[in-house]
Amino acid sequence: MTASRLATGGSAIDRSRPLRFSFDGTSVDGFAGDTIASALLANDVAVVGRSFKYHRPRGIWGAGVEEPNALVDIGGPHARPNTRATTEPAHDGLGAKSVNATPNALSDRNAFLDRFSRFIPAAFYYKTFMWPDWHMFEPRIRAMAGLGKVDTDWISSGPADQINHHCDVLVVGAGPAGLAAAKLAAGMGLSVTLVDDQQKPGGSLGHRASEIDGRPAAGWLEETLASLAGGGHLILPSTTAFGIYDHNLVGLNQRHFDGRPDTLWRVRPRRIVLATGAIERPLPFANNDLPGILSADAALAYLRRHAVLVGRRVVVATNNDSAYEVAEAIAEAGAEVTLVDIRRDGMPAAPARIRLFKGRTLASAAGRLRVEGVTLDDGTRLDADCVLVSGGWTPTIHLFGQARGKLAWSEARAAFLPGNSVDGISVAGAAAGAVSLSDVFAGAEKAVASLGQTKAVTPRSTGPEATAGIVAAWPVPGSKGRIWIDYQNDVTVKDVELAARENFVSVEHLKRYTTLGMATDQGKTSNLPGLALMAGITGRTVPEVGTTTYRPPFTPVPLASFAGARAGELMAPVRRLPLENVHRASGAVFQEYGGWLRPAHYGGRNADAERAIQDEAFRARQSVALFDGSTLGKIEVIGPRAAEFVDFLYYNTMSTLKPGRCRYGFMLSENGVVFDDGVLVRLDEHRFVVSCSSSHVAAVHARLEEWRQDRFGRGAVYIHNATSEMATLTVSGPNARKLLETVGLGLSLADADLPHMAIGHGSYAEDAVRIARVSFTGDRSYEVSIRADRAEPLWAHLRQAGQAFDAVLIGLEALMILRAEKGFIVIGKDTDGTTLPHDLGVAGPRAKRQNEFVGRRSLFTEEASRPDRMQLVGLTVPRDEPALATGGHGIERRGSKPRSIGFVTSSYQSPTLGQPIALGLIERGAARHGETIEIQHLGKLRTATIAAPCAYDPSGDRLNA
Amino acid sequence: MQLFPCPFCGPRDETEFHYGGDAGNTRPDGGDVPIDRWANYLYLRSNPKGAAREIWVHMNCGEFFVMVRDTLTHEVLSSSALGKEHAA
Repeated sequence: MTASRLATGGSAIDRSRPLRFSFDGTSVDGFAGDTIASALLANDVAVVGRSFKYHRPRGIWGAGVEEPNALVDIGGPHARPNTRATTEPAHDGLGAKSVNATPNALSDRNAFLDRFSRFIPAAFYYKTFMWPDWHMFEPRIRAMAGLGKVDTDWISSGPADQINHHCDVLVVGAGPAGLAAAKLAAGMGLSVTLVDDQQKPGGSLGHRASEIDGRPAAGWLEETLASLAGGGHLILPSTTAFGIYDHNLVGLNQRHFDGRPDTLWRVRPRRIVLATGAIERPLPFANNDLPGILSADAALAYLRRHAVLVGRRVVVATNNDSAYEVAEAIAEAGAEVTLVDIRRDGMPAAPARIRLFKGRTLASAAGRLRVEGVTLDDGTRLDADCVLVSGGWTPTIHLFGQARGKLAWSEARAAFLPGNSVDGISVAGAAAGAVSLSDVFAGAEKAVASLGQTKAVTPRSTGPEATAGIVAAWPVPGSKGRIWIDYQNDVTVKDVELAARENFVSVEHLKRYTTLGMATDQGKTSNLPGLALMAGITGRTVPEVGTTTYRPPFTPVPLASFAGARAGELMAPVRRLPLENVHRASGAVFQEYGGWLRPAHYGGRNADAERAIQDEAFRARQSVALFDGSTLGKIEVIGPRAAEFVDFLYYNTMSTLKPGRCRYGFMLSENGVVFDDGVLVRLDEHRFVVSCSSSHVAAVHARLEEWRQDRFGRGAVYIHNATSEMATLTVSGPNARKLLETVGLGLSLADADLPHMAIGHGSYAEDAVRIARVSFTGDRSYEVSIRADRAEPLWAHLRQAGQAFDAVLIGLEALMILRAEKGFIVIGKDTDGTTLPHDLGVAGPRAKRQNEFVGRRSLFTEEASRPDRMQLVGLTVPRDEPALATGGHGIERRGSKPRSIGFVTSSYQSPTLGQPIALGLIERGAARHGETIEIQHLGKLRTATIAAPCAYDPSGDRLNA
Repeated sequence: MQLFPCPFCGPRDETEFHYGGDAGNTRPDGGDVPIDRWANYLYLRSNPKGAAREIWVHMNCGEFFVMVRDTLTHEVLSSSALGKEHAA
């Protein structure tokens, strides 16, 4: 035997609330207040996992976030993969499974790998699986790699909450330093938020002997917490400050343990106090990774918090004073304790009944599935069922490092300490290198001193004071046996030596070559020993080697916390039409187009979509079609320099447009590329409406604003995006005018009064309507715009009156066919990021315009003037052939080598023409009408004939039919 | 996450802003601008280490403004409305 639960004691556990959970299928008994790790120890479960690479048996090392070994997958409602057993509370009925072990941690079938360890050192995979191809080996290696398993069937109970929070002072860590700082800041009248990653705040006060203001620390702890809570300050236990981001934004992840997802807090404090403590380091000796070898401080925590005695015959090995309290307490609890201290002198007196080896250290540990004994460096063998080690303390300065704090090496502490001041951040307690409680409190006082005068009194340490007394005991090169530096990644002294031999001597290279300090624990116990070893190998000092960059998160944070509610439909919410429900009732099938949810067609869910679309496109040309064009941009440009403004923004001259008229044109980017196309309406002398593409409204609006503010001035023009204010109902087809006259819009629709490319103003019921006679179908068309909230009666009226004309509702897919028949382009589909306006056959403004416009100079570069530019064309194939594939390439052969000369951009079956139609961008296409070229798509070749883009009604007679 | 001071709305999260390019990248007008001058305007950016004068737009209010910030430390040195750089 060895580890066991004592009959009494345990400040964290509640013996009146027993619980039972399962680990690797075996049931484990514990009490409320246990962590999975403390309950496993109480049940003497030594092997709790397998190591990443060699599948070595591993036991619990620590009692907190630093744990490298004891990772478990938790199933059920509290599911959490790959979590630390040391920070996970035990729950009744919980199911935990060890990671990286098949079938379980105790008997893992990949354990044989350890026997081949000398053949698989660091970088073995990089070097070995090179030939013939890494990808041949990758699947099998991937299957073996990794820790933990995600339960893909698990469904979250809901989105994670995300909270934005502001406070005067954020204190990270509720140990003695954090509590004192919080208390002093609260006494200044400041709002304080205190976070701690443990369920029970207190830090070292929970297990280290201490006395504050003349009484046991536990009383002071309770009183301080109560006074903070009573003062309205926020105390968040089970909450980890995982990152400090730009301008001191702090990310917190709060656990709940009741099935709720974690909560993400974004905190903007005026001042951050980091009281994050320190983490105990291992000592280097052969087989120092055996189960039963624990951090000495962790053993004390298990003893005093959970009443778990970790062994009966315990060897405590140390290079500093902190392990003496542990040795004494473990001995008092009934264990036979031997102390092995690397120091010859200057250490505290050995506690009673404890044998002390001075000036000695451990050379190796022995045992198969758990430690059975140790050998000292002088050859002395000691039996032991548990070995506690303290290799000194590494201040937890991760957050300080993330905030770009510089570190300074302290020889006295054998550790990096905060080395400079960072605006808005102070560090206190063990994180700043303080050891005695008096120093801790002095540091806390200093951390908040600049914030004001406090009414609170700084606590005083009145009990025994901790001392450091550390003598460095770093791993040294050339050591015998396998000495683990990084437990989680199976990095040994020999791996670091190998990296050095192969010249990976920078810490960042060392990390990537050996994986030292990677994975879930991010080297909390291993980084410093690893770089100290590298220093020893390369003859440098530790600060010369330096540390790797500290990056968030400090501990793993579920992606669900970062996602919050942004999932599913909320990931990128679609924009919706005012008439969406009316369309749904008409059988519309919706799709997203450029961020808008729009009817694709009206054939209903079960219809043959292709037939429905063809039918709509065919009938649209027969009599009259109704189309919801509400998404079309309606950006108003108003002001004394509005005409000059639109002239500058458009490729086409727009200032000559007469009030009441519309003109089609392009907007270019400064590099000359066509950015958007659309109709510009001139309402009056100083008022225009930019009718841009539906998906470009936001971008066009931003562009107008930019030029307005940067070139014209705020007083010259005013931009108003009115897109969503109005619904636009389009009536198109030979009978469009008759239908509108039946409905009655209070204005003359005679062609003399409202010719093509003119606008008129009428009314429907009480509301003003604007009618623009523009056409995206090639047929006589009217775009009727009305207040969005009054569109429904008009739409109903149009449909009802339309019955007499056999009117058809058309969706966007049919519209795409109609516009392609006419050779009308869609920007971004029939053009790409190189298409200039003259490539689309609109060369007039380029040749004629004398005044300035966006993109002008770019139209006259060498590139823009090349004769072999890709130009917009139509592509025809024989009537009985299927439509060309969109994206198929035009091919030219020089010798046997094919070369792309462009591609098909739009391709449909035209129901009106009874044959396929297509648009494309083809080199020199404008001059090649009638020429037959090869089109290649997915290895298949077809031929097509280049034609003018407009395949239907080229003379435009139907606009006035 | 950085806090940017919009001259109109005060300090706001960086997610509310869009970058608008180097400040002072004046547009050369005319059809006969020398081509390398035009190319500089379109493509050449100074990308300084340290203080940088930049155009940003606060999307919530739609206003463009000049911000000077340190590209190394991310410290914001000043922000001012267009044309009012001396006021701030």
